[in-house]
Amino acid sequence: MATAFAPTKLTATLPLHGSQENRLLPPIRLAPHSSFLGSTRSLTLPSSRRLNHAHASRRSPPVVAVQEVVKEKKSTNSLLITKEEGLVLYEDMILGRSFEDMCAQMYYRGKMFGFVHLYNGQEAVSTGFIKLLTKSDSVVSTYRDHVHALSKGVSARAVMSELFGKVTGCCRGQGGSMHMFSKEHNMLGGFAFIGEGIPVATGAAFSSKYRREVLKQNCEDVTVAFFGDGTCNNGQFYECLNMAALYKLPIIFVVENNLWAIGMSHLRATSDPEIWKKGPAFGMPGVHVDGMDVLKVREVAKEAVTRARRGEGPTLVECETYRFRGHSLADPDELRDAAEKAKYAARDPIVALKKYLIENKLAKEAELKSIEKKIDELVEEAVEFADASPQPGRSQLLENVFADPKGFGIGPDGRYRCEDPKFTEGTAQV
Amino acid sequence: MAALLGRSCRRFGFLSSGHGARSVSTETGKSLNLYSAINQALHIALDSDPRSYVFGEDVGFGGVFRCTTGLAERFGKNRVFNTPLCEQGIVGFGIGLAAMGNRAIVEIQFADYIYPAFDQIVNEAAKFRYRSGNQFNCGGLTIRAPYGAVGHGGHYHSQSPEAFFCHVPGIKVVIPRSPREAKGLLLSSIRDPNPVVFFEPKWLYRQAVEEVPEHDYMIPLSEAEVIREGNDITLVGWGAQLTIMEQACLDAEKEGISCELIDLKTLLPWDKETVEASVKKTGRLLISHEAPITGGFGAEISATILERCFLKLEAPVSRVCGLDTPFPLVFEPFYMPTKNKILDAIKSTVNY
Repeated sequence: MATAFAPTKLTATLPLHGSQENRLLPPIRLAPHSSFLGSTRSLTLPSSRRLNHAHASRRSPPVVAVQEVVKEKKSTNSLLITKEEGLVLYEDMILGRSFEDMCAQMYYRGKMFGFVHLYNGQEAVSTGFIKLLTKSDSVVSTYRDHVHALSKGVSARAVMSELFGKVTGCCRGQGGSMHMFSKEHNMLGGFAFIGEGIPVATGAAFSSKYRREVLKQNCEDVTVAFFGDGTCNNGQFYECLNMAALYKLPIIFVVENNLWAIGMSHLRATSDPEIWKKGPAFGMPGVHVDGMDVLKVREVAKEAVTRARRGEGPTLVECETYRFRGHSLADPDELRDAAEKAKYAARDPIVALKKYLIENKLAKEAELKSIEKKIDELVEEAVEFADASPQPGRSQLLENVFADPKGFGIGPDGRYRCEDPKFTEGTAQV
Repeated sequence: MAALLGRSCRRFGFLSSGHGARSVSTETGKSLNLYSAINQALHIALDSDPRSYVFGEDVGFGGVFRCTTGLAERFGKNRVFNTPLCEQGIVGFGIGLAAMGNRAIVEIQFADYIYPAFDQIVNEAAKFRYRSGNQFNCGGLTIRAPYGAVGHGGHYHSQSPEAFFCHVPGIKVVIPRSPREAKGLLLSSIRDPNPVVFFEPKWLYRQAVEEVPEHDYMIPLSEAEVIREGNDITLVGWGAQLTIMEQACLDAEKEGISCELIDLKTLLPWDKETVEASVKKTGRLLISHEAPITGGFGAEISATILERCFLKLEAPVSRVCGLDTPFPLVFEPFYMPTKNKILDAIKSTVNY
């Protein structure tokens, strides 16, 4: 099956600066013939005996799952997507990219503040997974959550207003960049703290399994938890892998391995950098996929989501991806090798999808341009909306600490405590 | 929006340690900001003890606040190294190192992230000497974390968790207010034979600039300092909040109220005698901190002073602190104990 995306061979040319000086720690050893990154793997879970053996050959033929899916589609030219799907994917990725670029502009103009982490370069992962989900499926994210929220369906206006701290934002301006929640779209939040979202996602997955199996409701909801490579060294991650496999939860753990945790290279922080291997250790399939290629991600995601919906349990998917900008807008991004950045910039997922659509005659240049224009206008409009929105009233500060506002936020005279003229005293009466 | 960005009341005149009557404050040195002073202290600490180590997230390239610049280059990656992202593991690992007689200087990237390590600090570090009958101890452990509001930090980059740690017998909690103090206090903390949690006011990392002597000097722990003498009311605080309190004192002075300002420096164990002597002189006490008021460390100070100075008090002890909400994002200016809030409280206490 010829696609525009041949697995790329990214081997040990990744910079391992520290290997000489780091005498205390052993040098990183990659398997000699491995293309560590860029291959898709089979999701069909082998018998438990074979669980512990890593697949020897990395250059395995196209994944069985993909072929089955393609057969389902019965398209004569064996393409991975239809035109409609392609345009949806393209639009979503363009939305993610334009939005993030606009965020950077707004930040430098002082319209938004705080710690903002942009998702440029990783759009394929968000689009690849989230566009397969329904509205009632849940998504749990990290602090790099703007695009996850957008892909899930939260409107650009709501996200932009939240970033500006306005009351029309999705969390009424209280969360900011790192805390995008949406009850309507089941976006269970961005989490500033790494790994904190994973147990939350695990609990949400348990809830859907319970509803389906015990309450016998027609619930096929899955949960997708996104997190980074640094998180995979955190205890919470392992605790949740164990619980999810033990209870066979409908959850997909998606590792957005962009190789860097602020300034720490994944290869220098992890004893075994191949995160997908940690899945089988806990009794779930571990899959590695090229996260710069939205179609590959989508194929793997399709299989993982279907598995979860069928009640077969969790999957760990490691997406090799890269962030084009620094860790946050305050990060000068000096530590990453220019050659590494250039290599990944050449694999820009949007450019690649565009090329695929045009080469396979799924869309014309003009159609794609019109999508880009539409998105530009959408994002501009979101900025205008956010600008025009009011800031939250002072009384909102004391709301939502507890369930019962009278227990805290409203004084004995029935008014919010902060409307009390003695508010500025800030003495022990609050 | 400008009001949210401009914590302008903190931009000028932070509280230098030149106010105190200490010998080190009369020495001159190089003009340094807080992170440079801490950096110098770390250089000296690693230099003076070959079995001391600095580790944490991103310390290798200098840390997100540049406090560890130059350490890896000078002392090597065997002594100054990055850890993976696991606070619980990092602190536990530090406890182990300290138990074997080394000095482990752990950096937690933000105090907000210290909670996974809370178990290790409370259950292991604090009790190590006690439960081993003094066979082992982790006195060589020092945990450094930037704490406090920074203007745009939001929920998870602005917290002040000192109160949680002040409830743990077995550890010490130290908070400096300026570069000169920070260097001396950090060196004392590192060399103290007890585990120390050292909170650095992140707001002051670049804002505070002061003359810091270049040699090795230590400032004793558990000694509070009277930064400003007065007769009408005693104000007690620590860290970056002292800057705000100093401004409130200046404003109060214009209205004829003479304020005595004390920097607690070490919160656990804290210098009760100095505060008691001051309150016995003035008869009034006001405590201010950024952390939420309920259960904050101000409550402990208030209760202790009440026990000791009940008959000398002319007014109830006043606490001007953060509100009882999670640290807000856009509401930070309303949440913080600002100069005006402190001034109002000073006046109402004096006029009680």
